[in-house]
Amino acid sequence: MSMASIKFIKRTSFLTSSQFSSHLHRWIDSSSRNKPPVTSSGRFGTVYGGRQLHTAASISSDQLSTEAPSRQELNFPGGSVKFTSKRIFISGSNEERAHCYRVLNENGELVIDNDLLKITKELAVKMYTNMATLQVIDTIFYEAQRQGRISFYLTTTGEEAINIASAAALSNNDFVFPQYREPGVLLWRGFTLQEFANQLFGNKHDYGKGRQMHVHYGSKKHNYVTVSSPIATQIPQAVGAAYSMKMEKQDSCTITYFGDGSSSEGDFHAGLNFSAVMEVPVIFFCRNNGWAISTPISDQLRGDGIVVRGKAYGIPSIRVDGNDALAVYSAVYEARKMAIENQTPVLIEALTYRVGHHSTSDDSTKYRPVDEIEWWRNDQSPVKRFRKWIENKGWWSNDNESQHRSNIRKELAQAVQNAERTQKPPVADMFNNVYDVSPKNLNEQKESLRKTLKQHAKEYPSNVPW
Amino acid sequence: MWGILRQKVGDTGLSPQGLGNQMLRLRPATSAVRDYSAATKEMTVRDALNSALDEEMAADPNVYVMGEEVGEYQGAYKITKGLLDKFGPERVVDTPITEAGFAGIGVGSAYHGLRPVIEFMTFNFSMQAIDHVINSAAKSNYMSAGQINVPIVFRGPNGPAAGVGAQHSQCYGAWYGSVPGLKVLVPYSSEDARGLLKAAIRDPDPVVFLENELLYGESFPVSAEALDSSFTLPIGKAKIEREGKDVTITAFSKMVGYALKAAEILEKEGINAEVINLRSIRPLDRATINASVRKTNRLVTVEEGFPQHGIGAEICASVVEDSFGYLDAPVERIAGADVPTPYAANLERMAFPQIEDIVRAVKRACYRSV
Repeated sequence: MSMASIKFIKRTSFLTSSQFSSHLHRWIDSSSRNKPPVTSSGRFGTVYGGRQLHTAASISSDQLSTEAPSRQELNFPGGSVKFTSKRIFISGSNEERAHCYRVLNENGELVIDNDLLKITKELAVKMYTNMATLQVIDTIFYEAQRQGRISFYLTTTGEEAINIASAAALSNNDFVFPQYREPGVLLWRGFTLQEFANQLFGNKHDYGKGRQMHVHYGSKKHNYVTVSSPIATQIPQAVGAAYSMKMEKQDSCTITYFGDGSSSEGDFHAGLNFSAVMEVPVIFFCRNNGWAISTPISDQLRGDGIVVRGKAYGIPSIRVDGNDALAVYSAVYEARKMAIENQTPVLIEALTYRVGHHSTSDDSTKYRPVDEIEWWRNDQSPVKRFRKWIENKGWWSNDNESQHRSNIRKELAQAVQNAERTQKPPVADMFNNVYDVSPKNLNEQKESLRKTLKQHAKEYPSNVPW
Repeated sequence: MWGILRQKVGDTGLSPQGLGNQMLRLRPATSAVRDYSAATKEMTVRDALNSALDEEMAADPNVYVMGEEVGEYQGAYKITKGLLDKFGPERVVDTPITEAGFAGIGVGSAYHGLRPVIEFMTFNFSMQAIDHVINSAAKSNYMSAGQINVPIVFRGPNGPAAGVGAQHSQCYGAWYGSVPGLKVLVPYSSEDARGLLKAAIRDPDPVVFLENELLYGESFPVSAEALDSSFTLPIGKAKIEREGKDVTITAFSKMVGYALKAAEILEKEGINAEVINLRSIRPLDRATINASVRKTNRLVTVEEGFPQHGIGAEICASVVEDSFGYLDAPVERIAGADVPTPYAANLERMAFPQIEDIVRAVKRACYRSV
């Protein structure tokens, strides 16, 4: 992935949509009074639907061809547009790609000191420890899958900054519509190691009652909508929830995460387009990590990534270095403010790299070079970079590091043991929540199953409770 | 800001809204002026749906309507007429052309506590959004173990109309009826339309509400009870439209009317048919159907949809499972022809059940004896 071709910028600057919408409003205002839209050159009267209505001072055709100034612009449906006599096609590919906002370089040094939101030691340390915890979680659960203790897992390796820093910039009332590579957001909001383990082992404490695939976490109390497998469906749903917030005039927004692959789905188009029309407070956070399972970004799209699509929909957008926790934090912080104060959608594209395999069912060395993976894992590691920064500030030390990681490892190992030993959810629960109130036919089936289990107890596993 | 713009456009007489009003005044008065002396009033299905939406939106500020043409245009079939004026653009939302988009947005807003009524211009277009209906709306309560409930209603015309071709004529009762987590309703009369739509909107589960375009203009008597704003019908209960003792005919939506007419013809030939208006495909009222078959011993199912894996197939299986010993003849299934709906009027007529088909099937069921 040629990251070298993107320039970094140090300032948050969103491409605005206000210019676009003001044209729209002007046209609607004028047409509602049933007057033909007035153009800037009044000499030839008005142009309405292609017909030219000449004024009393009509001009002869000679004058038309030699002296007449050409019409400057026209009120088409959608707004006033200036004319040009230069036949220039807007290029499909930019010479220069949209710049990427970055604050910390790979050495953990601030590139420039202005624009940075004041981040306290407490917040920075909390961000770092969560990023480190996320790494430990990924390592241990991945190994658990390899040991056959759980059947599936997917890691967030390389995207720890995206997970934690974005969550840190939000408030707990903001509704999160994740894809599946954002458990860090849940971790930040207080989901415990035990709760993660319970979901993965599908035991009776799992909030999903063992009905979901692994890593499909969900928690109502943390305002984190349960992960849904079909790709990109969360995008228009986040817009709908934002609409609900707008109607209730709440001081909150929704955020939805999705990858570069999701941006190809129809739902992406519908969600972004619609959010701009409805003017709702939603943050679209695209994790452009370069890979959709084995599909590289060059096979996924041919434009300049996802950030440039925002302007097409009338949405302010920014491209951010996804491996820079401070840049992600600052961009999401600002985006949230914009979304709520202006009731507008905002698009953030975080460029990063999916260091891990797509999931435990994937071996990415089969379709990409190992040294590429290792370079991103080591040289661009968001965790290492942020650690250098907080260590330089004197807020963290090697001792802190080893202590924190060993504590989390112990705690997590214990959580895994507990989760493994805990009973599975009761079979009777299988029939609940299909509807709000269980219908008669399901109750009949449940009763029928209960009788069958009792009668043929020998043929069913003995450790699964009723 | 959006709301203010809409008010301005609506001011002029030449707006779609103004035209709509004029067009309504030119409608034939047959539905409005009949039977002043009768105790019951008459109401079209269209007005029944409109009044139900109106009342539910007035009663609960979380209820809102979303779909293509529902606002300014007063609804593609005028079901949402007048609602934009009354409740404003925040609660009657006109959408760009993206079923996947607005179905997804509706589901997302329901996750957060609103009660959307999503209109598909026809359920044929719901296929573009079907992932949201099934994988998100239907399954979320279960897959989140009760943390997310989705009090959403998807409504719109279903099945064939008249001369609209294959991509506008399919019946989706069987498709949605097979999904656990959904409730699927199929009103026939105005009373059905009012009571079931109000029940659907109040229901905490996702409901697929399958209407019929040709029934919108049809008038039915409605009781005073049905006109009350608290009137609802129970979901999952079929209605015996006509009692009989010789044969049970099950039908839903427009076919109920056909079955009733067939029953009148059969009466003259000495066959006393019981007609069941299913009202609800999921949950299916197996109890009522089986009780009726146990009484009559013969069953004919009628539907407009494709025959394979259809509603009739499910009803037949249910009766065979529960009332096999009571059947005096094999179950007769009448369904649409197993072809994409042709457009030419003569071919279209042959592609869907007609009253004669029902009469013939009943006779077949009656002249076979065990």
